[in-house]
Amino acid sequence: MNQTFFNQYRTPILYSVMALLLVIVGVGQGWSVAFTILNLCLISAIMSLGVNMQWGYAGLFNVGVMGFAALGGLAAVLVSMPPVEEARAAGGQGILVGLLILIATIFVSILAWKQFGAKSKKTGYWMLFVIIAVGYALMRLFFLPSVEAIEAVNPSVTGYLGGLGLPIILSWPVGMVFAAGAAYVIGKVALGLRSDYLAIATLGISEIVLYFIKNEEWLTRGVKNVNGLPRPVPYEVDLQQATWFQQFAADWGMEVAEASSLFVKVCYAGLFIVVIAILMYLSETALKSPWGRMMRAIRDNEVAAAAMGKDVVKRHLTIFVIGSAVIGLAGAMLTTLDGQFTPVGYQPLRFTFLIWVMVIIGGSGNNWGAVLGGFFIWFFWIEAEPIGLWLVDTLTSFMEPTHWLRLHLMDSAAHMRLMTVGIVLLIALRYAPEGLIPERTARKH
Amino acid sequence: MTGGYGAADILKECTIGVDRGEIAVIVGPNGAGKSTAMKATFGMLPLREGQVMFDGEDITHLKPEERVVKGMGFVPQTHNVFTSMTVEENLEMGAFIREDDISDSIEQVYELFPILKEKRRQPAGELSGGQRQQVAVGRAMMTQPKVLLLDEPTAGVSPIVMDELFDRIIEIARTGVAILMVEQNAKQALEIADKGYVLVQGSNRFTDTGEALLANPDVRRSFLGG
Amino acid sequence: MTDFINALIVLANFILVPALTYGSQLALGALGVTLVYGVLRFSNFAHGEMMAFGTMITIFGTWGLQALGVSIAPLPTALLALPLGIAGAVALSLILDKTVYKYHRQRKASPVIFLIVSIGLMFFIGGLVRFIIGPGDQIFFDGTRFIFSARDFKRATGLDEGLALKMTQAVTIITAIIVVAAMFWFLNKTRTGKSMRAFSDNENLALLSGINPDRVVMITWILVGALATIAGTLYGLDKSFKPFSFMQLLLPIFAAAIVGGVGNPLGAIAGGYVIAFSEIAVTFAYKKVVTYLGPDSFQPDSLVQLLGTDYKIAVSFIILVIVLIVRPTGIFSGKTL
Repeated sequence: MNQTFFNQYRTPILYSVMALLLVIVGVGQGWSVAFTILNLCLISAIMSLGVNMQWGYAGLFNVGVMGFAALGGLAAVLVSMPPVEEARAAGGQGILVGLLILIATIFVSILAWKQFGAKSKKTGYWMLFVIIAVGYALMRLFFLPSVEAIEAVNPSVTGYLGGLGLPIILSWPVGMVFAAGAAYVIGKVALGLRSDYLAIATLGISEIVLYFIKNEEWLTRGVKNVNGLPRPVPYEVDLQQATWFQQFAADWGMEVAEASSLFVKVCYAGLFIVVIAILMYLSETALKSPWGRMMRAIRDNEVAAAAMGKDVVKRHLTIFVIGSAVIGLAGAMLTTLDGQFTPVGYQPLRFTFLIWVMVIIGGSGNNWGAVLGGFFIWFFWIEAEPIGLWLVDTLTSFMEPTHWLRLHLMDSAAHMRLMTVGIVLLIALRYAPEGLIPERTARKH
Repeated sequence: MTGGYGAADILKECTIGVDRGEIAVIVGPNGAGKSTAMKATFGMLPLREGQVMFDGEDITHLKPEERVVKGMGFVPQTHNVFTSMTVEENLEMGAFIREDDISDSIEQVYELFPILKEKRRQPAGELSGGQRQQVAVGRAMMTQPKVLLLDEPTAGVSPIVMDELFDRIIEIARTGVAILMVEQNAKQALEIADKGYVLVQGSNRFTDTGEALLANPDVRRSFLGG
Repeated sequence: MTDFINALIVLANFILVPALTYGSQLALGALGVTLVYGVLRFSNFAHGEMMAFGTMITIFGTWGLQALGVSIAPLPTALLALPLGIAGAVALSLILDKTVYKYHRQRKASPVIFLIVSIGLMFFIGGLVRFIIGPGDQIFFDGTRFIFSARDFKRATGLDEGLALKMTQAVTIITAIIVVAAMFWFLNKTRTGKSMRAFSDNENLALLSGINPDRVVMITWILVGALATIAGTLYGLDKSFKPFSFMQLLLPIFAAAIVGGVGNPLGAIAGGYVIAFSEIAVTFAYKKVVTYLGPDSFQPDSLVQLLGTDYKIAVSFIILVIVLIVRPTGIFSGKTL
């Protein structure tokens, strides 16, 4: 009886548990902490939705989540930061010419391939080799001096081209486009081959994207970070000085400073919830549509689907691009929330892995599950550190405070997080491969 | 024997048997359960009813590998050689369960199939279809089986090669090995068969000597194309 | 003429020797990945961390031996401790196979599930290594540093450019040759090795031939554990041991395995050297070489470098992508174990 009740209302019950956990944090550690966690939970949930589209709908394994997220972050910088006029004057033209050469090289390569590659592969390859070599050399000829010039412009503050100075919200769709573009290229190469080639290729592209944004200072300032990205929501300082807000804080019986920081977080949460609601609506509709049924049919039996005349590779490419776009969106949102772009912060495998665990624990193939997984895993990821420290502290409390084992354990508590997540994943794959909220399929007898 | 995959029985009370030095051939229309009968005999398919007897011993519950040890050899229809390994290595792998000296058996196989001796250092995947089948049969011979099961040994080879293969199979039988095979080329196969089984929908329709079946007008009309 | 020889020496010193060393390390790593792929049929993401684990045990052994005063100078003590590290990595591999992989194998899970499982294990082993030895750098090299240094070389030949050979480089290359030879002898000449190849080639037929799958899997893990430890230790001796760097090796190792054709040991080795040579050759600054080879007064302003050193990893990726586009089955396609 209890079991069936639970199964019937599984989704609302689990979501209520999640809400309760956040409330507990709110009461215990403060509402500001709770909303910080909530905001990141929401972004994790969006990434998890994107991965779920690829894995849950189509069975595609993407190991490059962080690369796509970083492209979203790059979009945030390029769209929102004010342009650095001096840098543009110094090297903008060279960069532009370099880019044009790059595009021309790609274009000429494709043309040459169509012309010669069709007749003889060998001639084609040589043609490509020569064209790319010449194009690359020409590009570098214009690029390198410009890059140097740009990076020399006031390096401690700018030293890069800056952005377009547009509202940062616009970067969210741009982030989607960036990620989708990268996904298209990778998908074209690796889809249709063995399933693990996609995994390795996405691992590669994410590493390269991260190296790129770390090293191309003229574009991203690299390890020097881009700080002070404009916000889509009010600034605390402005709020604190506005009379209506002082009144508002007083009404709620809060300090103005505290209220302003909380207010900002609530604004972000509101924005994110709108995005996630739209995404959920779209993905649920898509999943239930004939298109969604077809995707799942392909996932469950590629051979049969191919035999029925479905172009499996093309469908996979579509869903791979869409899923990556959603991840790019989440990446742009993350950078917006942080207010800064820190290339070294993206750890390709670790955070990708975390997103994966979200999808698998939540329930692959089920959007509600993926979102819930995003919430749960992020929540415990954040709370694991205090919990772990407390645990180690309690367990070793009988030892001398300076005992080597106790110190070692205290030091290592941080590494234990990833290890624990690894174990959680292994256990889930074995004992609950369907996740918290399993995919709804036709009942089998 | 009665058995099948999942819920449906493909085999229904079907009986087949073969004695030492004999060639028994299973023929029948597509979907009659010929290959299934073969798989059931070799233990690759659980039986619901009936039993598999070998030398007076009940081996119904033995796994395929254990049947190999007992003295059964099986040549699958497809994927029946290790393509990346040389001919000689294929034969060695056939004798994997044997602990004694296998060089005599290898020589025997080479005597039977002289072309294999020539190509002993070549990967089996580079051989022609007929040569591959020889490797496949040779591999199964390496355990010195008492009974050899062949699943469509002539599938996809030219008529000339087919005749040669059948000649070899007769030679193998003369050495005292019992041979049970499934064949599409019913006419030619029955010509060399001591015993023939015509299966239809998983049951025995006709059972007789090969010669008698070839002479039987019903069999001729329905299964041999007049 | 001397200019030409000097240019050659520069190339040998900065490309040939380092690439042979690095290539040997990659080749041994890729060999492990390829073995798992050939027999167990999945891409093992945990291989890098297994290298770190085996190396860590070797380091403990080395420290133990050093404390006892045992030394095989001029060779590094770590070579003596290798068997211990191998034993550790093999034990861990077998335990993980029993507790984790076996279940999915029995359920005939799809390769991508194995891949995800291996990622889970990657973080498990990674956490274990960081927990035991910490995330920091460990230097465990001892013995003689150089077999001959650049100065020795210059003095002996009277050339302007020097060619150095570090002990670790020589040890790496020689060990790799021995290990690869032993590996091929095992796979091609022994009954057990042949049964592994047979299993990899055609699992069903191998079963019909009475080859015991559990035994094949066990032997595979033993070999993989040994290869991982040797590759990891050689890398650690040559550079330094840092858990994080083994995670970074994953992409070049996979690229090496795919370039050669996954499941093909010969291909894995060739792939290792292809990746290593390309990585180093593409990111090398040819300024000196060009100066020697060009006309007397000619001296280039730039470094004459195709790609910044920071993009090393991009090289393996680009090669990987080219192979995937042009010949997805790898250079040595059609031949498995």
